[in-house]
Amino acid sequence: MYAFTYHRATGLRHAANLLEKLEDPKILAGGQTLLPTMKQRLASPTNLIDLDKVEGMSEITAAGRSVTIGALTRHNDVHKSPIVQQAIPALAYLAGLIGDPAVRHRGTIGGSVANNDPNADYPAACLALGATIVTNKRKIAADEFFKGLFETALEPNEIITKITFPVPKKAGYYKFRNQASRFALVGVFVAKRPSEIRVAVTGAGSSGVFRVPSFEEALKKRFSPKSLEGLTIPADGMASDIHGSAEYRAHLVNVCARRAVAAADEKTPAE
Amino acid sequence: MSATGIGAAVRRKEDLRFITGKGQYTDDVSRPGQAHIYFVRSPHAHARIKRIDTKTAAGMPGVVGIVTGAEFAESKLGNLICGWTVLSKDGSPMKMAPHPALAVGKACHVGDPVAVVVADTLAQAKDAAEKINVDYEILPAVVDPTKAAGKGAPLIHDAAPNNTIYNWHIGDHDATAAAFRGAKHVTKLEFVNNRLVPNAMEPRAALAEYDAGTQHLTLWNATQNPHVARLVISAFVGIAPENKLRVIAPDVGGGFGSKIFIYPEEVVCLWAARQFNRPVKWTAERSESFISDAHGRDHVTTAELALDADHKITGLKVKTVANLGAYMSTFSSAVPTFLYATLLSGQYAIPHIYAEVDAVYTNTVPVDAYRGAGRPEATFVVERLVEAAARELDLDPADLRKKNFVKTFPYQTAVASLYDAGDYNASLQKALQIHDYKGFGKRKRESEKNGKIRGIGFATYIEACGVAPSSLVGQLGAGVGLWESAEVRVNPTGSVELLTGCHAHGQGHETTFAQLVAERLGIGIDQVNVVHGDTDKVQFGMGTYGSRSGAVGMSAIVKALDKVEAKAKKIAAHLLEAAEGDIVFKDGKFTVAGTDRSVAWGELALAAYVAHKFPTGEIEPGLKETAFYDPTNFTFPAGCHICEVEIDPETGVTSVVGWTAVDDFGTVINPMIVEGQVHGGVAQGVGQALLEHTVYNDSGQLVSGSYMDYAMPRADNLPSLKVDMTVTKCPSNPLGIKGCGEAGAIAAPAAVMNAITNALGTEKIDMPATPAAVWSTIQQLNKTRLAAE
Ligand SMILES: Cc1cc2nc3c(=O)[nH]c(=O)nc-3n(C[C@H](O)[C@H](O)[C@H](O)COP(=O)(O)OP(=O)(O)OC[C@H]3O[C@@H](n4cnc5c(N)ncnc54)[C@H](O)[C@@H]3O)c2cc1C
Repeated sequence: MYAFTYHRATGLRHAANLLEKLEDPKILAGGQTLLPTMKQRLASPTNLIDLDKVEGMSEITAAGRSVTIGALTRHNDVHKSPIVQQAIPALAYLAGLIGDPAVRHRGTIGGSVANNDPNADYPAACLALGATIVTNKRKIAADEFFKGLFETALEPNEIITKITFPVPKKAGYYKFRNQASRFALVGVFVAKRPSEIRVAVTGAGSSGVFRVPSFEEALKKRFSPKSLEGLTIPADGMASDIHGSAEYRAHLVNVCARRAVAAADEKTPAE
Repeated sequence: MSATGIGAAVRRKEDLRFITGKGQYTDDVSRPGQAHIYFVRSPHAHARIKRIDTKTAAGMPGVVGIVTGAEFAESKLGNLICGWTVLSKDGSPMKMAPHPALAVGKACHVGDPVAVVVADTLAQAKDAAEKINVDYEILPAVVDPTKAAGKGAPLIHDAAPNNTIYNWHIGDHDATAAAFRGAKHVTKLEFVNNRLVPNAMEPRAALAEYDAGTQHLTLWNATQNPHVARLVISAFVGIAPENKLRVIAPDVGGGFGSKIFIYPEEVVCLWAARQFNRPVKWTAERSESFISDAHGRDHVTTAELALDADHKITGLKVKTVANLGAYMSTFSSAVPTFLYATLLSGQYAIPHIYAEVDAVYTNTVPVDAYRGAGRPEATFVVERLVEAAARELDLDPADLRKKNFVKTFPYQTAVASLYDAGDYNASLQKALQIHDYKGFGKRKRESEKNGKIRGIGFATYIEACGVAPSSLVGQLGAGVGLWESAEVRVNPTGSVELLTGCHAHGQGHETTFAQLVAERLGIGIDQVNVVHGDTDKVQFGMGTYGSRSGAVGMSAIVKALDKVEAKAKKIAAHLLEAAEGDIVFKDGKFTVAGTDRSVAWGELALAAYVAHKFPTGEIEPGLKETAFYDPTNFTFPAGCHICEVEIDPETGVTSVVGWTAVDDFGTVINPMIVEGQVHGGVAQGVGQALLEHTVYNDSGQLVSGSYMDYAMPRADNLPSLKVDMTVTKCPSNPLGIKGCGEAGAIAAPAAVMNAITNALGTEKIDMPATPAAVWSTIQQLNKTRLAAE
């Protein structure tokens, strides 16, 4: 780790001011991605602005047909939230699959979404559920937000404040873990929304989270795992590494999608 | 059996400090004025070092000193050595290339240290290291052992033409060839025994301090054998005379073999401490461990088993290429030879065996002993072959095993080992029953209904523990003897310090050794303090590895206790005014036989030290005895493990759904600790079979260099294990102990792969059987099946 200056933001505006004012700043949320990277000297911000003590950023509220989760909400709190479990059980279930207990008690939804790791879980949920990412400057639809590997629509000094998820009719998530990191080798989130069906895939793609229109079409006819049988997606565009070839990942997208649909029908238990 | 004596499942005394964070590991020790050292390591697998520019770095804040490999070489210290000489078939000695602590002229693997920075803080050392400019000329690299000796492979060391260290063999070539000519059936398999990264929980660490007043060096080191470290560092590297070097191995958080060896880091820390007259500390970072701890396994093998019409095994032929990495680590030569091929008879009476082993250099991290060291590789060869032969002959694999088991002891194998005692069928039968082998068919049909493929596999393994008779290993080329020492120091109040030359790094010696002493002397285990791991406190000892601490280390304790008891009886006879021969020692009391006159242990201990009215001409005051025990044979633990797996054909995921282990470890001191050893061993073996994938790319980069890519077994990778035992005592040591530390890691890979190949119906899949590998094997089989239809 290189030396840096630590700042504790007392409020959202304070954080925003520090971001504008300081040289080479970086926001620290749960630190579960940023700190390991800094320890390995792969990131070296001059000024670190800690959001930990900012109030009002870790609330979970339900209003009408949507659930809003503050950016600083820990994975474990999403997992255990009665509101999320009731409205979008698949999302609560997903949060419980992230990392290990230590990671879930520190890591935040805002940090995860801002980081947009191609193997992270939340991006699939945001995309499939048609979430809105709210920042201190604007609202960004998930469709516009995820731009590729570790890239998002966020401007340099923009802070995610909360994320709003429309409540689907039903939804399911199936995560096939990388055996080493236990991030998603392939994760598929399926959401049946009032107006459409969305299938979003994390882990598999060589340029981040993506949707599978052919699966969505098939599920529109009948929302059943059977509708996806025999459908394939091309290995082109899939990532390939020591954990699996592009062909294997393409195959797993179908397997995970079918299992996610089955889970949605079962009303995924949020253990 | 007493509540804490031999055979009692006593809770581990050491756990209180370990689980409350009170352990003292090397990194917990800090010395006044301590500096930190950072190792600059080669990012290339094979590269000439043209120039190292340290000028800018030397001026950085906090820098105490910077030393390059070439500068270090000027100190004229000795190289690191491999302490076991193996001869090739033609009688020529192995081709050991020089291994300087810091690379000179050329780096031979990614992670090879080429320079060091010593600075006030670690961050300063790292900052300065970033400013060191090493001008490398990248050379072609070879990482695949099967290509290392081939045409066109780059030469790594001038001392080893064709990158070949030795072409070794054992057994009778002609007789084995004849057995194959007469065979009714031959089973042939090829396999890779995958390279493993050890990953002890505590990374390697060293802290060196120089006392300019006494010219004495002290090394705190995460090592499994402090005395051997001191000997090698003194006698071979030549840092300081043995009496001017103290090595302390404080609490050590796991070793699995990787902390047996003498590494560059401790040598350089010692040298730097004296050079800069500052204590110097190094603790590996995990990513550093991946590229600097000696790895394990890495064999490529072709093996054939010959059977007659009656399904008796008549011969075994094995050809193995062993990858020893870029340098020969401390015991690397012995692992794929004497610790491997001497176990190739398994539990079977195989009249003729011939094995050839070629050891090669490659541009990879050095390979040496890792939990089981050679024996898991041997078991894998034998057990995979026997299982495959049973399938080819349409026999029950349990029956084929039973038919071929060694049944009478002692049994001289065709590969030098002399098995002393065992009852292999007893453990097989018990395992079959516990596992409900008969119910497998039903369970398989259940799985099928759920779209899963179930498979079952055996490993009836054998291992050689209790290393080792000194004269025998001497004949085989070892540079050391493998006896063990113990000193029993009785205090005036009757409590005891037990000084052992063994070293505990997870085994629980503080409890098990105390159990032995306490039972023998009739005192509580809390009255026995086990002292180990400090060359200034403890007499020379050989350390802990190869399940030697029970069989060899405890035998030395028994010998020392015998001496203590003999002297105590003399004192008792004096105190009770009786003849020495009439004194009986039982339950902590010395009694004159046939009377009620007695003296308790505590009184006697006090009398020994008070020594009032002692006939000092006949009896010396004090009560303290030392013993050295040299075993007469290896010990041969054996057992039967049965693994049941369920494969999800859609994803290729293998779940281990059932495990039965029935082991024969001889006498068991503490069944709870032994069971824990079996659990840990099985977990490591399952890790090797399913998860642990060490991947080098062609240019010699370690692709799986962190936990993001290297999968270690976790609790949820394992089912609840059914662990049981059978007992035949080891006849060659006083307690009848065989040893249990490696068993699980030896049995598990073969058992898992036998289960997977049983499920898939093909022998063609290598470890680790990752989901991707299993899935593509299934795809391949489907293609072949379709083509056939
Ligand atoms: C061992 C381990 C296992 C893990 N396993 C998984 C897994 O299975 N699945 C998974 O999805 N993730 C996994 N993670 C990642 C984890 O979920 C992280 O917590 C998450 O990716 C980042 O969240 P954070 O709050 O820790 O962010 P930080 O590490 O603090 O920050 C990450 C990045 O986001 C920026 N940032 C943070 N908050 C905001 C904000 N509100 N607005 C704008 N930018 C912001 C930071 O500046 C930084 O660049 C794992 C991590 C670890 C260490």
